Amino acid sequence: MSDAAAPPAASTGTRAPAIALRDITRRFGAVLANDRVSLEIAPGEIHALVGENGAGKSTLMRMLYGMIQPDAGTIAVDGRVVRIHRPADAIRLGLGMVHQHFMLVDTLTVAENVVLGREPRRAGLGVDRTAAEARVTALADRYRLPVPARARVGGLPVGVQQRVEILKTLDQGARVLILDEPTAVLTPQEVDDLFRMLRTLHAQGTSIVLITHKLAEVKALAERVTVMRAGRVVGGGEAAALTTARIAELMVGRPLADDLPRVAREPEAPLLEVRTLDADDDRGLPAVRRVSLTVAAGEVLGIAGVEGNGQSELIECIAGLRAPLRGEIVIAGRTMHGRSPRERAAAGLAHIPSDRLHRGLVPEMSLAENLALGRHRERELGAGPLLDRGALVARAGRLLADYDVRPPDPARRAGQLSGGNQQKLIAARELSRGASVLIVAHPTRGVDLGAAESIHRRLLAERDRGRAVLLVSSELSEILTLSDRVCVMYEGRIVHETRPSETDERTLGLHMTGRAQAGGADAATGGDTAGGGAAS
Amino acid sequence: MDALLFVAAALRISVPYTLAALGATFSERGGVINIALEGMMLSGALGYVLGAHATGNPWIGLAAALAAGLATGLIHALVTVRFRADQITSGLGINLLAAGLTKFILTQVFHSSSNSTRVVGMPGWRLAGLENLPALGSVLATPLVLMTVALVLVGQAALFRSVFGLRLRSVGERPEAAATLGLPVTFYRYAGVLISGALAALGGAWLASEQHSFTDGMTNGRGYIAIAAMIVGKWSPLGAAAACLLFGAAEALQITLQGSAFPTELLQTLPYVVTMLALAGFIGRAIPPRALGTPYDPEHAG
Amino acid sequence: MKAPSRAALLTASAPLIAVALALLAGAGFIAAIGEDPLAIYALMARETLGTGYGIGQTLFKATPLVFCGLSVGLGFRAGLFNIGVEGQLTVAAFAAALVGAALAHLPAIALLPLTLATAIATGALWGAVPGVLKARFGSHEVINTIMLNFIAAALVSYLGRGVFEPATVRTAEIGAGATLPRLDLLWPVLRGSPANLALPIALAVAALVGVLLFRTRLGFELRALGLNAPAAEYGGIPIGATQVKAMALSGAIAGLAGMNFVLGYKHFFELGFSAGVGFIGIAVALLGRNHPVGITIAALFFGGLLYGGLAINERVPKELVEVLLAIVILLAISVQQVIERIARKMAA
Repeated sequence: MSDAAAPPAASTGTRAPAIALRDITRRFGAVLANDRVSLEIAPGEIHALVGENGAGKSTLMRMLYGMIQPDAGTIAVDGRVVRIHRPADAIRLGLGMVHQHFMLVDTLTVAENVVLGREPRRAGLGVDRTAAEARVTALADRYRLPVPARARVGGLPVGVQQRVEILKTLDQGARVLILDEPTAVLTPQEVDDLFRMLRTLHAQGTSIVLITHKLAEVKALAERVTVMRAGRVVGGGEAAALTTARIAELMVGRPLADDLPRVAREPEAPLLEVRTLDADDDRGLPAVRRVSLTVAAGEVLGIAGVEGNGQSELIECIAGLRAPLRGEIVIAGRTMHGRSPRERAAAGLAHIPSDRLHRGLVPEMSLAENLALGRHRERELGAGPLLDRGALVARAGRLLADYDVRPPDPARRAGQLSGGNQQKLIAARELSRGASVLIVAHPTRGVDLGAAESIHRRLLAERDRGRAVLLVSSELSEILTLSDRVCVMYEGRIVHETRPSETDERTLGLHMTGRAQAGGADAATGGDTAGGGAAS
Repeated sequence: MDALLFVAAALRISVPYTLAALGATFSERGGVINIALEGMMLSGALGYVLGAHATGNPWIGLAAALAAGLATGLIHALVTVRFRADQITSGLGINLLAAGLTKFILTQVFHSSSNSTRVVGMPGWRLAGLENLPALGSVLATPLVLMTVALVLVGQAALFRSVFGLRLRSVGERPEAAATLGLPVTFYRYAGVLISGALAALGGAWLASEQHSFTDGMTNGRGYIAIAAMIVGKWSPLGAAAACLLFGAAEALQITLQGSAFPTELLQTLPYVVTMLALAGFIGRAIPPRALGTPYDPEHAG
Repeated sequence: MKAPSRAALLTASAPLIAVALALLAGAGFIAAIGEDPLAIYALMARETLGTGYGIGQTLFKATPLVFCGLSVGLGFRAGLFNIGVEGQLTVAAFAAALVGAALAHLPAIALLPLTLATAIATGALWGAVPGVLKARFGSHEVINTIMLNFIAAALVSYLGRGVFEPATVRTAEIGAGATLPRLDLLWPVLRGSPANLALPIALAVAALVGVLLFRTRLGFELRALGLNAPAAEYGGIPIGATQVKAMALSGAIAGLAGMNFVLGYKHFFELGFSAGVGFIGIAVALLGRNHPVGITIAALFFGGLLYGGLAINERVPKELVEVLLAIVILLAISVQQVIERIARKMAA
């Protein structure tokens, strides 16, 4: 924090920066999402905007794109101060944005999605589909972004959908392309394709802003870097001049955590067994393929993987929230086939879900009620069909203090807590169940460091008390710190199993991207590879 | 039994349903649920009668009906698009408003809360060729019937072939996507609801013209049947029109069988039962527009 | 920390603002037909609150609205929009009237519970249908409940062919044992008004719904489902089964709404007797914010409006009340949104 560098200045001589943001401030309720943020994008550069989840990167870019308005500060494009009231203004100024959640209309074709808003017309009113398809195909050829112009977007793979998003911006004549976490949902192959396409665009003079929290991508692609933390710019500079370790330090605000103390344990009886499990995702595509694993008492099994490789479906199957196609799940010796989530909880399962506000909590209910969610049938919370509010509040008072949830007010609504305290709230509920098997997904995502560390200590304490812990995370440091054994999931399969002492982030990274066998370390998707900026 | 007479009756009955259902496809394809059809039809019916009563000219009546429908649509659009309030509740509120307000106006203009005085109906057109058709001629030669057929075809093209339709559908499926392309989501949603109001009001005008008067609650649930037809017709003008013909035929049959031992009340439930079966997926899965019922709030998009 | 409480206060005042604005709009209508709005509103207040008879009439009009509001409100709490109250109360009242008439010889101690149970069970069954359709096929309850309203009306008029009194659309009179005594027996001040024992029953049901929602495990499940279905599912709450339970309960309460008329007033079922109270129930739930206390207050307010409309009919058409109701609904939902936005900004 003390030695945070000044915001990087444009270094490309006299030309005005393509984008210059000055002292941008924006609040959401009580949260200061952007605090006097300044940032310059030089013409034709690839600029990485990095920071942890919640650091304020997306907010900043949404303001640049006119989706929300800054409370204070100025935006200049090509040296001219502009007001961007709505996306249409941004488009006119030559800005294009590829959103993390694609802005595509699934029921329309690729061509229709690309030309929407600037449709070629027939007889004044009609859409000239032939012309639209020709235009999209020509554009796709020119930038080497192959897409099926006539196909409906909803049925296309994610990587192709992203190409459609990029084509949309190019069709609008974008000279500055903003990509918000573009690799979060891509397979490694698709990441390679994306980076190749971005280098092509860059070579043709497009400025690119890459929003990410993956440092490997920064090193692979970016020329300059700006690091944000807690709504502020905390440093940056030439990508080549910054080590990944230094960027990471700026991101989290301190040197990376030391290992937590842990005792070695002898393997014990398995408490969770998954045998040859197959499951589909929501779209009916295979997501989990013949996965088998066991977690023993007193053991943390970490599942590493790029998000979207079947981890969430695997967890949902174990928790009873998704019906597997085939396979068996055994909790504490009892097979769970056809059992409801409630029966699984009774058999000794606790679950910290990945999505706090969607699954884990009812934001509009009080902390006391949230601490009873899923446990509201427990005998000590009331007689017969009745639920005793006194008992709820009494238990809440205890748990909130134990798990250091702030503020410890049982009557407060869960939605009013910070992300870290919400996560502690869920941990308090699930870890105090006395369950023998714990499944934990992304327990520290979007959580401040203090809370993350406290949750880590709790999880290890559970392991030491003889629980079986299945941990899913896309943060390799978390996996390596907490796990006794590590499995890597890739395209629905477990492709690698190892121990933290026998591996490192780089090796795991290779397996996560399915190229351990291929041998070559790809800078784009591998681990902590050093190297210069994007060569093009 | 004269089959042609039966077809003529079915056609005649299905006109107001078709107009209202056609309008609803525009509202709902743009993402706004329109339970308010009943109220819009009722407003249109009263508008027609007031216009025709004041001037003796059915075309002015029709214009007044359109104005009333647009005004009713504007209320629905204000509540749901501008204020982003619940679309279903707004629709029910508008139906209640139309029921009360039409009666209120009736008492003031005609000094009766149950019916108006007799007004002129829409003229028949002497279209060579058409009017000579046995039985059907008289129906097909009526301006509103011809207009309805034309509107369905135009509506189908407008929704699926025109720039406006493409944009409207994108706003109903994924308003954030449309907005990031610089399209004014609010404008298209207003347009969909207003088109719906105008067309439903035309349907109401037809009813009033047919019976040459306004009577309290004369739409008698037709707006709800129209919404059902639109669902059965899978949110497409042609599909909705086909469902309306089916429902119209059921109603014609029921009228034919009136007074016989046949339980016509049960026949009357056909549209409702068909709709419930369609919703449950027994008549092919109908997938509503994805953003249907969800207010668009630019601050929370993306 | 002052801001959130002020924001909360503002949010809570939304229904009052909506009512005030609606009365203002109503004043416009009254003025438009050449009457003095203040005088009309004063007359309305005098007629409804100024006499024991007026109070009794208001209570009588409010009674079915309490049931309907509770029915809709309970559905809302579970995330379900029950527009089918009208149909549920129709089939229930019809069935209860038939049972009450067929077993007329039974003593009150047997007949009254039997009749009420018939109403509850019939309403619950009719209400459960859209619940099952939603749980099993995922079809939306709004359209299904609307369809079932029409089907209920058609079904009752079809079955009525066989049981209605000659040349009428009403059933035979129920046995004396099934009737609910009038409240003026207890409070002579209400003399002449048809307010009856259905009102205390309604208040008791309101209390029960309060206990159910906020003091029982099932109520917890209903509320969790309504506020965040994925979280409820994660918490082991069976979504489909809970939806069916919620719709059945909502239908059961709706089923009791007809008792005010059938058991407490006319002592028979008549086609169209409900005059749309099922739909007004939506306004009641909305204004009462789906809370039993709020619903009871809102029902009394609307009951007063309904009777007040009749009382002023000579000077202003009673349809004004329908218009006021509609404006209250439209304003309540709009004002709510506007105020929530302001409250969010204030909390910032």
